[in-house]
Amino acid sequence: MHTAVLQAATLGRRAVVRTIRQPANVVFPLIFPMLLLAVNAGGLRAETTLPGFPTDSFLAFALAVPFVQGALLATINANVEFARDIQTGFLNRLALTPVRGAVLLLGQLGGLLTIALVQALFYLVVSFAFGVRLETGVGGALVLLVLEAMIALAFASFGCWAALRTGSTEAVQGLFPVFFVFLFLSSMNIPRDFMETDWFRWVATINPVSYLIEAVRSLVIEDWNWETISLGFGVASGMCLVGFALASHALINRLERT
Amino acid sequence: MSPRENSIVAHGLVREFKKGPRAVDGIELRVDPGEIYGFLGPNGAGKSTTVHMLTTLLPPTAGTATVGGYDVVEDGPSVRKTIGAALQEAALDPYLTGREHLRLQCTMHGITGEQRKKRSAELLARVGLTEAADRKIRGYSGGMKRRLDLALALVHWPRILFLDEPTTGLDIQSRTALWEEVGRLAKDDGVTVFLTTQYLEEADVLADRVGIIDHGHLVAEGTPEQLKAEIARSTIEAVPADPEQSGALAAVLERFGVRTTGFGPGAVAVQLATSDGDIAQIVRALDGEGVRIAHLQIHEPTLDDVFLEKTGRHLEGAGDENEVGEPAAG
Repeated sequence: MHTAVLQAATLGRRAVVRTIRQPANVVFPLIFPMLLLAVNAGGLRAETTLPGFPTDSFLAFALAVPFVQGALLATINANVEFARDIQTGFLNRLALTPVRGAVLLLGQLGGLLTIALVQALFYLVVSFAFGVRLETGVGGALVLLVLEAMIALAFASFGCWAALRTGSTEAVQGLFPVFFVFLFLSSMNIPRDFMETDWFRWVATINPVSYLIEAVRSLVIEDWNWETISLGFGVASGMCLVGFALASHALINRLERT
Repeated sequence: MSPRENSIVAHGLVREFKKGPRAVDGIELRVDPGEIYGFLGPNGAGKSTTVHMLTTLLPPTAGTATVGGYDVVEDGPSVRKTIGAALQEAALDPYLTGREHLRLQCTMHGITGEQRKKRSAELLARVGLTEAADRKIRGYSGGMKRRLDLALALVHWPRILFLDEPTTGLDIQSRTALWEEVGRLAKDDGVTVFLTTQYLEEADVLADRVGIIDHGHLVAEGTPEQLKAEIARSTIEAVPADPEQSGALAAVLERFGVRTTGFGPGAVAVQLATSDGDIAQIVRALDGEGVRIAHLQIHEPTLDDVFLEKTGRHLEGAGDENEVGEPAAG
């Protein structure tokens, strides 16, 4: 195997092993989004009686939220660890080896991606057990996993940027409420065209997280809605590009090595 | 490869941080192949910043340096292939085992497959961590972490080794074990060792030559013996039985030399004017003046005396007024 690929895989493996060995980092991202889903599905079930609501199962409607939330939680945990690597000097240890900066970044993101995909599979299995069936079938589940990977990468690249820019675990943890504000100001609980408060609908419309949720949701409750799916992939790709550019720039500044 | 290429040479090395003084201000260095060079100074003197520049982690603001024959600015990747470094904090992942650390480090250096396995086992044995190899780092003692740190710095058979305060915070047994290992590396494997320390004893015992740094300047350089010989005069230190007699004690002692800073509380110290100061004469003079003594001691010249001579301060505690920002210490 090419050395760079092996190096990235080894760094990714380290990120996964480190996460697995901290049970709180495994259990919380698996359980918390599912609990929130259960609470929302119970409390907001009446929404499905609204005329024109896209599905009669609020559980299926809201299933998109754990996917985005899980990606967020995995991102925060992984990037807190990354910031800790900077604080403890572990990154300097790696910087003293011939490993390339891009490989460092890919290894970090690769580990996180693995964790996010395992979480996504867990959410799918649990929702299946509770009777949710994807309208797009097995093919939709596969597309959903790819989309989940892109969403996780998008958030992760911003998390990496914050970690590299500040080198502070506190700063990365501080991103968590910011990301959650985006989540709550999105169409997570109600379709955008059902929002009656103008400012909220406007904020949800310019909020990229709405498009991520809607793309995941469409795979669950609609047949293949290519426009929504493409929009979701497009937004995730755009976020990845911006996030990667910022993270790469921050990595160059962080690693002043000659 | 010529042994000359194991050297470290720096000319006018400077590092200036934003909003800070010059952490390193025109360092001139030459470390010969196979030599253990002790870089001694208080916290904030510029030791770690110098190491960061020589290991390519930090570009110098001015000046030049070559490590292993490669320019640290122009040829960073070649320098990194040549050197091993254990930086100030043992930067280890508490959730990985010792063996996993070594395998990771080997892979980062392009050592893979069977060779990686073999090299990891070899180094674990070398630093006495074979039994603890599969335990997570968070269960390691400070000494074990430092030994693993040293092993990690050695995975790619470096010709030059940088150790930044490798024994800070270690108990005396762990410190001695590490000194022995570093000594073996230089003696048996011909590795050039650049060692920063704030411990006088460490520099004295381990280093072939010592450079003393303060406020970013190299204030003295030579073998420990040469540096102490420059001072050549012992220090007498006395504590009066009655603290009220401190003035009288100082007056008597000053007849024999120049007043200097005492080591202990209430102590009066004088650096003797001659190398063969007569202790009996001093005791007679104190007795004659009726000064009662609780404690009397003669210090042979130490590297701390050298530091005191060159900077006007003792090494211990000198760093408190010196902190200059990143890298955090040294």
